[in-house]
Amino acid sequence: MKVPEQIKRLAVVIFVIVAAVLVTRYLIPASVVDQRVYRAASVQREVSREIKFAGATTCGDCHDDINTKKKLGFHKGLSCETCHGPSVKHAEDPSSGKPFAPRERKFCPQCHEYNPSRPTGFPQIIPTIHNPLKPCITCHNPHDPVPPQVPRECSACHAQIERTKALSRHALLECTTCHSTPTRHKLLPRSVKPTKPENREFCAKCHDKGAPRKEAPKVDAATHGGRFLCWECHYPHMPGEA
Amino acid sequence: MDKREFLKSLIVFIPAGGIIASLAKQAGAKAPAPAYQAKNHYYGMGIEIDKCIGCNRCVEACKLENDVPDEPFYFRTWVERYTIKKDRTVVVETVGLRKGKRKEIVEQEDVLRSFFVPKLCNHCANPPCVQVCPVDATWSTEDGAVIVDKNRCIGCRYCIQACPYGARYLHPKTKTADKCTFCYHRVVRGLLPACVEVCPTQARIFGDLKSQASRLVRFERMNKIHVLKPDLNTQPKVYYAGLDGEVR
Repeated sequence: MKVPEQIKRLAVVIFVIVAAVLVTRYLIPASVVDQRVYRAASVQREVSREIKFAGATTCGDCHDDINTKKKLGFHKGLSCETCHGPSVKHAEDPSSGKPFAPRERKFCPQCHEYNPSRPTGFPQIIPTIHNPLKPCITCHNPHDPVPPQVPRECSACHAQIERTKALSRHALLECTTCHSTPTRHKLLPRSVKPTKPENREFCAKCHDKGAPRKEAPKVDAATHGGRFLCWECHYPHMPGEA
Repeated sequence: MDKREFLKSLIVFIPAGGIIASLAKQAGAKAPAPAYQAKNHYYGMGIEIDKCIGCNRCVEACKLENDVPDEPFYFRTWVERYTIKKDRTVVVETVGLRKGKRKEIVEQEDVLRSFFVPKLCNHCANPPCVQVCPVDATWSTEDGAVIVDKNRCIGCRYCIQACPYGARYLHPKTKTADKCTFCYHRVVRGLLPACVEVCPTQARIFGDLKSQASRLVRFERMNKIHVLKPDLNTQPKVYYAGLDGEVR
């Protein structure tokens, strides 16, 4: 029997339609066409991503001493990981290494450097003149940051000198490093005076080349400055501003 | 059953029923917390301009948490510094990541006011980026985060163009659009987004708009709230307190 030409063509058309339906129904995976499926998969991918910051409450479980201290200080609002960086690995397995601990001087100014756009009242410093050129943690405890305490004895009267010195490179030196104060100075401040350095050799004890204090800047005391005394050019309570 | 019998059994049944119900309730309370239900949450973020110190901790934390490329032009969140001069000109600059040498900040005589504005994806309730996506690769989840499906995204950048806040970028490795997800992987586990976690001054507040007890709802109640570009009707879910008129 001869199949008419139009039937053949119709068969081809029907076959194509059926094939198309089958392909869209069964061969294309649901994860490509079904919105619910591919969105669920996408949410799953998003949710299963790795966490890197452990969260503020985690650290206190072990480090409760530091946590209690921090809670009472000015840094109470800070999360540990604000400074120590992402630490989820350390939280899960404390033996896997310690979190980053910033010790260098350039870290704290990220928040505390003076910037006119910062809100009024936020504690700020100018790192180039807030001295000594030492890491902030030498004077300030980052878990309980307060201005470093000064000896009350001298600052009670010489507050201006104390404040100047507190910002200077000599901040860590006691007043008694250079001045020896008789006890009676407190009773009779004008008639019994503390001593002052009298000669160039006094400063040279630290600042001469070859002097023992390594961090003090060195000069050749024999030639530097000629016949002048050190404090005729350098103010000892704010040195470096000659 | 006669009337007497019925009343008798009722006397037993009512207290017994009460005891059984309370027991069932206790058992329910002891059962572990139910899994995260997206439909019970609707997230947003609050930002208090007066508290931001422009320290960029949020930007660095975001980059670490979400593997955002290190180059200084790929951001999921970033901080802008606005400087408004006395002649009403406005200078906006992105606070740089302080890897290299820092620019000296000089106080200028003619500056009227200056402040920082942290920015990120606003997770709009009516997001223009979702409308333009030709392959259905980006959408709003039930809990209010706008998310990109990396497997579907073809990298055509329509959404990057459409976002009025410039919150999207093309990831140079995957060549797909990338953006803030409110740290979705953290949020579903009850953690805060990384930027909120590290903010030293609590300038960023994250919370659930469906919970009356959330910090964000309280933040909205206590502050006068503005959003960015409200006239576009994108209905952003990042709420700013103390936002200067120049920013809006």
